[in-house]
Amino acid sequence: MYKYDPIDQQIVNERVAQYRDQTRRYLAGELTDEEFRPLRLQNGLYIQRHAPMLRIAVPYGLMSSKQLRKLADIAKRYDRGYGHFSTRQNLQLNWPKLEDTPEILAELATVEMHAIQTSGNCIRNITTDQFAGIAPDEIIDPRAIAEIMRQWSTFHPEFALLPRKFKIAVSGTQQDRAIVQAHDIGLEFYKDAQGQMAIKVWVGGGLGRTPILGTVIREHLEWQHVLSYCEAVIRVYNIHGRRDNIYKARIKILVKALGIDDFRRQVDEEWAHLKDGPLTITQAELDRVAHYFEPMPYKTLPAHDASFDAAVACNPAFAAWVKRCVHAHRVPGYRAVTLSLKPHGKAPGDITSEQMHMVADLADAYSFGELRSSHEQNLILADVQLSDLFAVWEKARAAGLATPNIGLLTDIICCPGGDFCSLANAKSIPIAEAIQMQFDNLDYLYEIGDLELNISGCMNACGHHHVGHIGILGVDKDGSEWYQVTIGGKQGNDASIGTVIGPSFSAEEMPGVVKRLIEVYVRERSDEERFIDTVRRLGVAPFKAHVYAEKESA
Amino acid sequence: MSQLIQLGSNGQASIVADTWTRVVPPAPAEESVRKQAGKVVLFKLTGEQTYSPEQIANTQIPATGKILVPLAVWQARKAELQARLAAGELGIVLATNETAETLQAEFADLNTLPIIAIYVERFADGRIFTLGNWLRTRYGFKNELRAIGDVLRDQLFFHKRAGFTSFLIRADRSAEDALASLNDFSQPYQGAVGDVPVWRRIQRA
Repeated sequence: MYKYDPIDQQIVNERVAQYRDQTRRYLAGELTDEEFRPLRLQNGLYIQRHAPMLRIAVPYGLMSSKQLRKLADIAKRYDRGYGHFSTRQNLQLNWPKLEDTPEILAELATVEMHAIQTSGNCIRNITTDQFAGIAPDEIIDPRAIAEIMRQWSTFHPEFALLPRKFKIAVSGTQQDRAIVQAHDIGLEFYKDAQGQMAIKVWVGGGLGRTPILGTVIREHLEWQHVLSYCEAVIRVYNIHGRRDNIYKARIKILVKALGIDDFRRQVDEEWAHLKDGPLTITQAELDRVAHYFEPMPYKTLPAHDASFDAAVACNPAFAAWVKRCVHAHRVPGYRAVTLSLKPHGKAPGDITSEQMHMVADLADAYSFGELRSSHEQNLILADVQLSDLFAVWEKARAAGLATPNIGLLTDIICCPGGDFCSLANAKSIPIAEAIQMQFDNLDYLYEIGDLELNISGCMNACGHHHVGHIGILGVDKDGSEWYQVTIGGKQGNDASIGTVIGPSFSAEEMPGVVKRLIEVYVRERSDEERFIDTVRRLGVAPFKAHVYAEKESA
Repeated sequence: MSQLIQLGSNGQASIVADTWTRVVPPAPAEESVRKQAGKVVLFKLTGEQTYSPEQIANTQIPATGKILVPLAVWQARKAELQARLAAGELGIVLATNETAETLQAEFADLNTLPIIAIYVERFADGRIFTLGNWLRTRYGFKNELRAIGDVLRDQLFFHKRAGFTSFLIRADRSAEDALASLNDFSQPYQGAVGDVPVWRRIQRA
């Protein structure tokens, strides 16, 4: 993974000093709440329902074991001994004290970490596929460009106070796993007809109050120009994006208002002034950064391992875990492992300090000391030998991190919701827990198969409910919490926004609603058809009919 | 105590006396209230009229001295301001909802202006940075570029990198304290006005 050089370290150290002084001035009354707000947000600090929330950056989801141990220690010392992995691959602490945050950032800086631009109206953490660099369907490893973009966007002098937050995702695989279409800018890397690395650029996607999938603004962008092109896009947005109404301030609204052709024309006009300028990435710089992402020192291994095959054959629990939590790897004899942060009945994405230490140990012993966080809020050991999988499973299981539910209904994406977040209209964690308990029978879960269920506690859609096969949105009606259900959302190359099936439900009704949606699917599905396929084939009508018929007769 | 910070030709910042008088149109007769659903934060949008014709007509312009006048006032009252421009006593104030292009249309060579100021009504309005950048890079403006309005020390580093050379710190804050923040970071990553990306500046291991 990327390693800081003295320049990177200095920037982070200087940021700590700057923020320490800003916090001091705020506490001394020299900065008003309004003035301190963007400053603290750009250091990841929210003022939440019960306490501040600190969002620590995990650039493109990649961490070392040393960094995870530091996160564990910080969570223990400054928080309540656990953290929460978010859909932007970052780690959130829910109970730090504002006064402690400069010290927390100083500690993070000792392990090449920070909380820069994890919030605020600026360019946020750049996200990508958790299997970057090892996925068999990968065309280009996007991490070096992601790192170059991280550096470019860090304290960008022009984009510190944009109309609204700005999210960029990069993907270099055939099957998109970074939801590029749901980002302000999505960069899809591919090899062009000449065999050169090129980028398909999507713009104006995003969930939230007005969910819109992005539009292709440029089919073919030479990689050398990615910074200048993004700069042109964001510059047009900075000048013309709505600033009179925060709900209409995202770039998607501007793109929609102008139309993609006019927006593209303006970007191209701007880009003409920037193209081939100093922002053009040199091969030398790409090589320098890419050097940090070279393949791991893999052993030459056979494609099969007898002990592994035997363990799968005689241990159904292990076999179930392998089926759901172990993923293909481009190198023979290796697999990627997802450690589930979705044990039934617990808040999705939460992990204790002890578990973080445990995962760091696993990474050291079995995966070159590295791990990744996914936007589905799980952790990944990317480079595990086949022959080690059984040992990894036993240890992960002992730590409560081996629930074999990855990609299943209970692998729920869920925002912190009303339990923590001051924006939320409704709780989301208890809904996730109730659904997990309703579907606690693993055999039934397997029978249902691949299904993505996403929950957001408010229309900001941090839980990505719009792109869940089943999406649940917490809404406020006359001061009480209700839940609106969408179906048919999907992430990936054929992404779609889900359709609302009808009036909202109470919290108590939710597990039953999901159960009835599944009943329709099980009744109607043809062989091999996933839930999403059935919804796409039949539309929402039969689902709606069953769910609300039951509701009326109840 | 002056609130004006200026960068010298050597890049050193110092607090200097402000020799420019800012000409401000009178307040409008009644504030127009915009009604809209949702949370309105009321930033003027690009292209919107900054001042009404009445405000512009009623603007008091001092008879002597160096003056900074809003673009709209210049546009409407060019005839009486022409001599001041020729004498080097006129600078223009651009609002963040105005465009650098409009300014360029007024002055074939922007460098006939000794100073351009950009007025930011609220510090959170980041358009000021792009405007500064455009004036420096696309429109070739070489003279004093000043940030005025809700200008606070925590944005100065960005202002400087976006091409600003002077900063009129908000009256209730100490310009003295603000000086240090111009050097918050010693080696920024990305290029900026007059600067190239770090990998073109420094040999990195």
